[in-house]
Amino acid sequence: MDLSFGPEYEAFRREVRDFCARHSAEAPRAEVGMAGGRPSEALKKWQALLIEHGYAARQVPVEYGGYGAEPDILKSVIIAEELNQAGLSRGIGGQGPQMLVPTLLEQGNEAQKREWVGPTIRGDVVWCQGYSEPNAGSDLASVQTRGVEDGDDFLITGQKIWTTTAQASDMMFALIRTEPDASKHAGLSYILLSMDSPGIDVRPLNTMTGEAEFNEVFFTDVRVPKTNVVGRRGDGWTIANTTLKHERNMLASSALLDGSLRKLLALMQEQTIDGLRAIESPVLRDRLVALQSRVLALKYHDLRMLTARARNEFPGVSALVTKLAGCEVSHQLNALAIDAMGELGVLYEKSPGVRSSGQWQNQFMFTLGLIIGGGTAQIQKNIISERGLGMPREPKPGNPTK
Amino acid sequence: MDFALSEEQNLLAESLRRFLRDDCPVTRIRELVAETPGSDGGTWAELCDLGLGGLLIPEQHGGSGLTLLDAAIAAESLAWGVAPGPFLGSAVMAPIALGAAGGDDQSKRLLPQLSAGSLRVAVAASELCGRRGDVGVEVVDDKLHGRVSMAIDGIGADLLLVPVDSSESLALVETSADGVERTDLRTIDRTRGFADFAFDGAAVGEWVGQRGGCSAAIARMMDAGRVVLAADILGASERAIEMAVDYSKQREQFGRPIGSFQAVKHLCAEMVAELEPARSLVWYAAHAFDAVPEEASLMALHAKSLLSEIGPFIVRTATEVHGGIGFTDELNLHYWFKRVGVDRQLLGTPTTLRDAAAEAQGWI
Repeated sequence: MDLSFGPEYEAFRREVRDFCARHSAEAPRAEVGMAGGRPSEALKKWQALLIEHGYAARQVPVEYGGYGAEPDILKSVIIAEELNQAGLSRGIGGQGPQMLVPTLLEQGNEAQKREWVGPTIRGDVVWCQGYSEPNAGSDLASVQTRGVEDGDDFLITGQKIWTTTAQASDMMFALIRTEPDASKHAGLSYILLSMDSPGIDVRPLNTMTGEAEFNEVFFTDVRVPKTNVVGRRGDGWTIANTTLKHERNMLASSALLDGSLRKLLALMQEQTIDGLRAIESPVLRDRLVALQSRVLALKYHDLRMLTARARNEFPGVSALVTKLAGCEVSHQLNALAIDAMGELGVLYEKSPGVRSSGQWQNQFMFTLGLIIGGGTAQIQKNIISERGLGMPREPKPGNPTK
Repeated sequence: MDFALSEEQNLLAESLRRFLRDDCPVTRIRELVAETPGSDGGTWAELCDLGLGGLLIPEQHGGSGLTLLDAAIAAESLAWGVAPGPFLGSAVMAPIALGAAGGDDQSKRLLPQLSAGSLRVAVAASELCGRRGDVGVEVVDDKLHGRVSMAIDGIGADLLLVPVDSSESLALVETSADGVERTDLRTIDRTRGFADFAFDGAAVGEWVGQRGGCSAAIARMMDAGRVVLAADILGASERAIEMAVDYSKQREQFGRPIGSFQAVKHLCAEMVAELEPARSLVWYAAHAFDAVPEEASLMALHAKSLLSEIGPFIVRTATEVHGGIGFTDELNLHYWFKRVGVDRQLLGTPTTLRDAAAEAQGWI
């Protein structure tokens, strides 16, 4: 147990800190970074500067437009910590740079890497993910959107749902059923397609928060060249799981929880109930400290998982619980904030008297979405028990005609 | 950056668990503690031969001078095997108090005996956190008057640490001295022995260090005790999960292993999802005790209160996974259930500890 980073890493930390101090004026403010789901010109310039110094696209090879450093998880953590500390943008995130690029680097062919990795990390090409369908949610492998062979192309017909930023995206990476005669998992291909293709219809999907964080995407005979398949035809399920692995890494972040906890504490020190500050209520305070225990537990759990990754070890069941545990704590933090505001906790949107622009209610609902999205809490529990604890799988339903 | 156990720490856990599994299984522990709670039938001496008594005692006093993280790993393994023995009092709280405030002479005399297991020191902590009822001890002319309750490892102790002077001083009292009356208690957990002590003009015996000036030592002793109790809950919970998962793979109902039903799988997943982040917090709290002293007290409060919440959830859920057999005496699962039940109440219940955590951070 040694939580110091050592001289090499401390030197690296100073280097990043100097960079932040020198260039802070050039960083775009958070609210103008992403305009309508696309990176602004200012954010793209900032991203280019980050890549040049190795603070974004760090492990992406130079020939594909990245910085080309050896994987070093600790340096990645230091970069994130220092940029956060300085209040500077960490560059362009989202499903392209964080999910597709690592997938392409692992599974794509040379032409695909050359065509897509560079523009994606620079922010010139924006991606959305086409996995879920109305009838393929938790049972993702049952996607029905089909790609029918037509010469050198596939003609794609069907529907995707829960597609983040589809309206702002240039491209989609999607799971498409191209091998109708193969078994469920072996019939899928991982396909890259242009959102400008004729036959694509994007409709915003309003959620309970009142915002359209997602879309539905409809496909009617959308023509896509076969060369846009990543990996082999029929290998889509395996490749999609590569992407999902990166999504899970993206979702679990105790630093965000720590930020929410601080904001919640400030709120409870300021809001009053019958003339007493919320923090002076023993019951509300007890809930706050109980949540702080959980936030701290997840913070040190992240360090434990980070150590395992740095050593290239698989930490077993302990790595599988982070999404389940983290999303629940996040939801509960927002629930407590609403209670601390009493009846005013229900004010929303641009109502007179609304606190923090209604962010606590918005996040209370949005975090419920996170509990469901990226594999529901119940699917997470199946994964934890089956893969983590070796418990037997649910038997397949028997033949109903018997 | 290395947030993980060392090879030595993993070996310590392995060897302790092997010893408990092979030489001191719960079936033997049942017999040992049947008459007297906490009675270890020589197990503590064997554990001290393995170095457990002196983990936290400096090498010049016959110990191995290790850290609280090592003690937490040991506690976790002991609870994994519901081992009896005065680990909390004699191997953790007393050595920490003596090490922090005791003079050279005192340390030279007492610590080697603690390390060897030939001396047992109980701790009367009931006045230090969440004091109940008529508990309280006064010192008049170097004589003790009053009573303490639930002294940790009180049954079979040679000496008793008694905080007095509003937690400024620690008296070290011989339990066999005139004017000391011991009443053995029975808790739900038979693997550890608690006792009440009444003092009617009993001699102080000696002070830990000087009279007065012990408040920092008492705080360190409480921090260490809380972290080790959190680790105890961790180990007991871990074993309860192992038993539940193993059973769910063997037990068949409706023609299939019950572990293939999602209702059962989800209970097991919930148990580990609670336990694993909590384990990371226990590690950090133990690490902070030695390496980040300014955070030590707060982390001990968090670790003990969080584990006291999730431990009872886990042992109850593990019992439910077993169904009816889990409720029987014969299965022995209740030894872990009761171990956790006692741990939760000791050195501050969760609400008391969270209140202290809020105060420590200046929130009230």
